[in-house]
Amino acid sequence: MSEIKKFLYVNRKAPYGTVYALESLEVVLIGAAFDQDVSLAFIDDGVFQLAKGQKTTDIGMKNFSPTYSALGDYEVKKIYVEKESLEERGLTPDNLLHLTYEDEDEDYAEKDSIQFVSRAELSDIMDQQDVVPSF
Amino acid sequence: MTIEVNGKSLETDEEGYLADLNQWEPEVATMMAKADDTELSDAHWEVINFLREYYEEYQIAPAVRVLTKAIGKKLGKDKGNSKYLYELFPYGPAKQACKYAGLPKPTGCV
Repeated sequence: MSEIKKFLYVNRKAPYGTVYALESLEVVLIGAAFDQDVSLAFIDDGVFQLAKGQKTTDIGMKNFSPTYSALGDYEVKKIYVEKESLEERGLTPDNLLHLTYEDEDEDYAEKDSIQFVSRAELSDIMDQQDVVPSF
Repeated sequence: MTIEVNGKSLETDEEGYLADLNQWEPEVATMMAKADDTELSDAHWEVINFLREYYEEYQIAPAVRVLTKAIGKKLGKDKGNSKYLYELFPYGPAKQACKYAGLPKPTGCV
């Protein structure tokens, strides 16, 4: 058995315009099949990836934001959003998707996946990781 | 590649997955199954319909592990295991059932 590694996927870019956001999401979904401790961070323009009510018909791209709601099914339960990035862009937690997972240890109670953390807290979280891929 | 359904010719990729999932109709699944020498039972349809609903909601085809768990929750524990699903879809529940359902190949399937 190999040791379980801690992965933190860092998302920094707006969802459309570049392929980083979608690629990151796909890597996370594929990676979730392996025994890893997976968490996600959304900072800078990356916070827009979780914005509610995305409408992409006019730019001719698929709106993949509903897929973030499947992360709980993939046992991705730790999603960090940096408070400062959110505030700098005039967003509040209410503007973001409501992401949840089911806690098997508590009779599948639905729990929030998103944690709002400060820049300093996120820096500590990054320090505790084995691998930090940045998109 | 194309597949003939109800007199229409629908485009598929080289592995037989429907190119445009909006062109799906139940006969697509029936025809694809026939090509695999399979006749679709209600049990097959349960899984196919589940996959279409899952895609509608999340815009992805679930990985087999996720599918198994979700089926168990929705349709009962006796169905939420790989033995049951592999008996229905011997080529792999995620791959084969997604194909019949007109969805793209599940992310992470090689």
